Amino acid sequence: MSRQGTRKPLSLKRLKNQFFNLVGNPFNMVVFISLVALVALIVLPLLQMLKETVTLSRSELRRVDGQVGDFTLYYWKYLLSSQMTGAVLWQPLSHSLVTGFFTALISVPLGSILAWMMVRSDLPHKKAISMLVIIPYMIPSWTKALSWLAIFRNQRSGALGLLAGMGVAVPDFVAYGPIAIVLVMTLHYYAFSYIMVSGSLRSVNSELEEMAEIQGANKRQILKSITLPLVLPAVLSATIMTLSKSIGSYGVAANLGNRIGYFTLATKMKEFINGTGNTGVGYAMSLLLILLASGTIIANQRMVGTRKSYETMGGKGTRHSPIPLGKAKTPLMGFIVLFLFVAMVIPMFVLVMESFQVTTGGGYGLNNLTLYNYIGVRDFANQNIHYPGIFRNPEFSKALWNTVKLTVVASILTAFSGQFLGYISSRGRGRWFGKVTEQLVFVPYLMPGVAFSAIYFAMFSQPHLGGLIPSLYGTFALIVLVSVVKHFPFASRAGTANMLQIGVELEEAADLAGASFWRRMRSIIIPLAKQGFISGFMLVFISIAKELDLIVILMTPNNRTLSYLAFTYSKDGMAQMADAISICVLLFILVCYRIANHFGADIGKSWG
Amino acid sequence: MSRIELIHIDKYFGDNHVLKDLNLTIEDGDFMTLLGPSGCGKTTTLRVISGLEKPQNGRLLIDGHEVINADTAYFEEPGKRGLNLVFQSYALWPHMTVYDNVAFGLKIRKLHHAEVEEQVMKSLTLMRIQELSKRYPNELSGGQQQRVAIARAIASNPKLLLLDEPLSNLDAKLRIDMRAELKRLHRDMGTTIIYVTHDQVEALTMSTRIALFKAGVLSQVDTPMALYMNPIDLTAADFIGNPRINFLHGTAHAESAGLSATCGLGTFAYKKSHLTGEEIPKGEFSCVFGIRPEQVLIETQPEEGLVEADVYASQPAGSETLVTLIAGKQELLSKQLGLIDYEMNQKVYLRLNPDKFNIYNKETGNLIKYAV
Repeated sequence: MSRQGTRKPLSLKRLKNQFFNLVGNPFNMVVFISLVALVALIVLPLLQMLKETVTLSRSELRRVDGQVGDFTLYYWKYLLSSQMTGAVLWQPLSHSLVTGFFTALISVPLGSILAWMMVRSDLPHKKAISMLVIIPYMIPSWTKALSWLAIFRNQRSGALGLLAGMGVAVPDFVAYGPIAIVLVMTLHYYAFSYIMVSGSLRSVNSELEEMAEIQGANKRQILKSITLPLVLPAVLSATIMTLSKSIGSYGVAANLGNRIGYFTLATKMKEFINGTGNTGVGYAMSLLLILLASGTIIANQRMVGTRKSYETMGGKGTRHSPIPLGKAKTPLMGFIVLFLFVAMVIPMFVLVMESFQVTTGGGYGLNNLTLYNYIGVRDFANQNIHYPGIFRNPEFSKALWNTVKLTVVASILTAFSGQFLGYISSRGRGRWFGKVTEQLVFVPYLMPGVAFSAIYFAMFSQPHLGGLIPSLYGTFALIVLVSVVKHFPFASRAGTANMLQIGVELEEAADLAGASFWRRMRSIIIPLAKQGFISGFMLVFISIAKELDLIVILMTPNNRTLSYLAFTYSKDGMAQMADAISICVLLFILVCYRIANHFGADIGKSWG
Repeated sequence: MSRIELIHIDKYFGDNHVLKDLNLTIEDGDFMTLLGPSGCGKTTTLRVISGLEKPQNGRLLIDGHEVINADTAYFEEPGKRGLNLVFQSYALWPHMTVYDNVAFGLKIRKLHHAEVEEQVMKSLTLMRIQELSKRYPNELSGGQQQRVAIARAIASNPKLLLLDEPLSNLDAKLRIDMRAELKRLHRDMGTTIIYVTHDQVEALTMSTRIALFKAGVLSQVDTPMALYMNPIDLTAADFIGNPRINFLHGTAHAESAGLSATCGLGTFAYKKSHLTGEEIPKGEFSCVFGIRPEQVLIETQPEEGLVEADVYASQPAGSETLVTLIAGKQELLSKQLGLIDYEMNQKVYLRLNPDKFNIYNKETGNLIKYAV
């Protein structure tokens, strides 16, 4: 304050008043507490992981001179310049980049073309199709990997898939590895491009295109010179985000790559952290992964965010006169139907059917169909399955309970914190604490889920600061915590939007009426924020319910969720049960989605 | 009922100096309008008085009681200052009925239930909206919302009522009705009112006094008539009055008897008693004549003492006619009562009253001769 005008005489009275102005205002305290919490939950764990990568741990004592806790560059050297560098860095990194690149290459054009057809063309049944097109986005990507396996699995996994069962020789490079990973991720992330590009297309006023038509441009010219440049920023963003997301993706790569030793940075990192020893190297890899993923996102914001985002909304509201497709209508319609069939119907059908099969790949004859995988009693178990059907399996009921508990607790906490952080950043617009909050809250968004949980693993696997930060590894609390913080960006964006709708003046009016901060919260803010809170809650709920990447590193037998159980069963060769579990997860998500829709939540605003 | 004293108030937003050493006293029972273009600091002044903003320097006294003392960092809470504010956006709580909106502040003060009801109904009746008490704000028209906002502000019988551009969201006809309503309210309640607007017609028609702001500085505080007759500088003159004042450039020099000034309309001599006391430069200097359009009367026949002029364009608008004239190569706007049409390029003769002219020093922009 001193730079503004004259410096005030320092008096006891002034100090006292200043102190009470600061402390006596609950808002200041709330801001203070939340900043401390954000630093503790986001910045400190990151620093802690950084520290672990340069601190000698017990397991390396044999190889390195020194004592536990000494400063060492051993891990970084191991990763960056040792005989192992090729195997632990270059190979996984190139695998990550290759799968990411090809996923973006296929899924972005696919999503963009679908978006254009849904928004701007005169295709019939657009409403129904645009609903269907978005469904794959609600299905967890690891479920799609299971579907892929259900079709293409070959002898390598023991149990045959659909094709192998029909006698088709499925080579390894189709069943597993980069091609499988790219195709499965494409079937997930095209929806992401679809959502982003269709949003952008919707904001383009069709008068802009009509103007070009009046000038004499034909359809192709309009598309090329008007529409495409206007949505290009969205397409670029979608590309970068797809790249960043697929590089950091764990579930798909692990399901489809690990069996043949095809590791990406994310899966290799997990091996190091949860595997035998050398967690330091795993942390270093996770930092690289974060750097890679956040680098692309930040570069995208720098390039696309500021310079090329056009203000395309006309003042009059956007009118849309659909562009007739003419003769192309039938083939395009055919393409969409075929696509939906291949991308959604077949995988889901195979997945559901396999969950009823006695022997995978044994066809759908009545003698090969059973309800055993759901309700079987162990005494009747065939051959090598040592588990009862999932509804009789205590592991399943435990995982179900864990999943419900996790999603309910974590999404309540997330939605609440989101509104709270949104309140601070909306009321702090243009003030330092608002900016700091916004930036800190954004950080988890830059980190792939699996890397984010790695930093929590580093932070909470043992007590720090003399027990001030306890060891939470193996506790339910840690999984809740990581789920909550990872969803901060999304929740707080929803919260900010919600809070910005509540004018500051509504609060000021209550302030003038003599209402205290807490009274204003209770009588004005909370009642008005309720609607936004509920829809924010439902969206986080879905995202947490299907989460695998984020919790896989932190899983212990007691805390397993349905996603993780399905992942484990699939890894252990119990495909039918894994399928049955993922069908339960899917049903859970669909029910939640219906409820969320009922409360007016828009799935397009969710990410994950 | 209260007397407000703003003493050496400075307000910064970051490096932006919004209020510059503001000194203003508002007498008990005044209807004081803070007038000025947008961004001049009038709303900030209002928010400082209300307690929603804290100034970096200065003091604020309400009835002699210290409410702000920036030196000791003392700021009384807004709710304890005995005032209330009507926001430009009305800021009605959308989740509360009209009744609950008005009752909120009374409930905060823990008034007895019956007392709350009595006060609410009293202010609703005063604003003539008692039948709307069970409605929600989004079920009301703009004008009704406006009335609810005012009812809410007056329900707690504030000593001081602050209004921040309350009429700017209303259509033209409603605005005129509400002006009358607010004037009645001021008389009936006897409360001191501070009213912020950029609309000079509102300021002139409603206030007992007007404080004219220019870029964070108070340029003039006066009664509406005095402000209209003698704006203190060229910016103020330009801002006040619709249609706007005519500025004619000329020259002037001091004389032993007073001032002699010349413009395209002629040369005029003024007595010392007409001068403001503003320092007059030595020798001949550039000056600006300020002549209100309604002071320029048009005659169609020549006469001794009239100034010849050509009609450039005339705009009859029913109750009045605006005529753009060219006199001595200078453009001049005249406002005539009634419906009169003039031909373009028609020769006319202007009847002027030189005593009603304002004369400004062109260099400083300050008023040197009063209109009397």
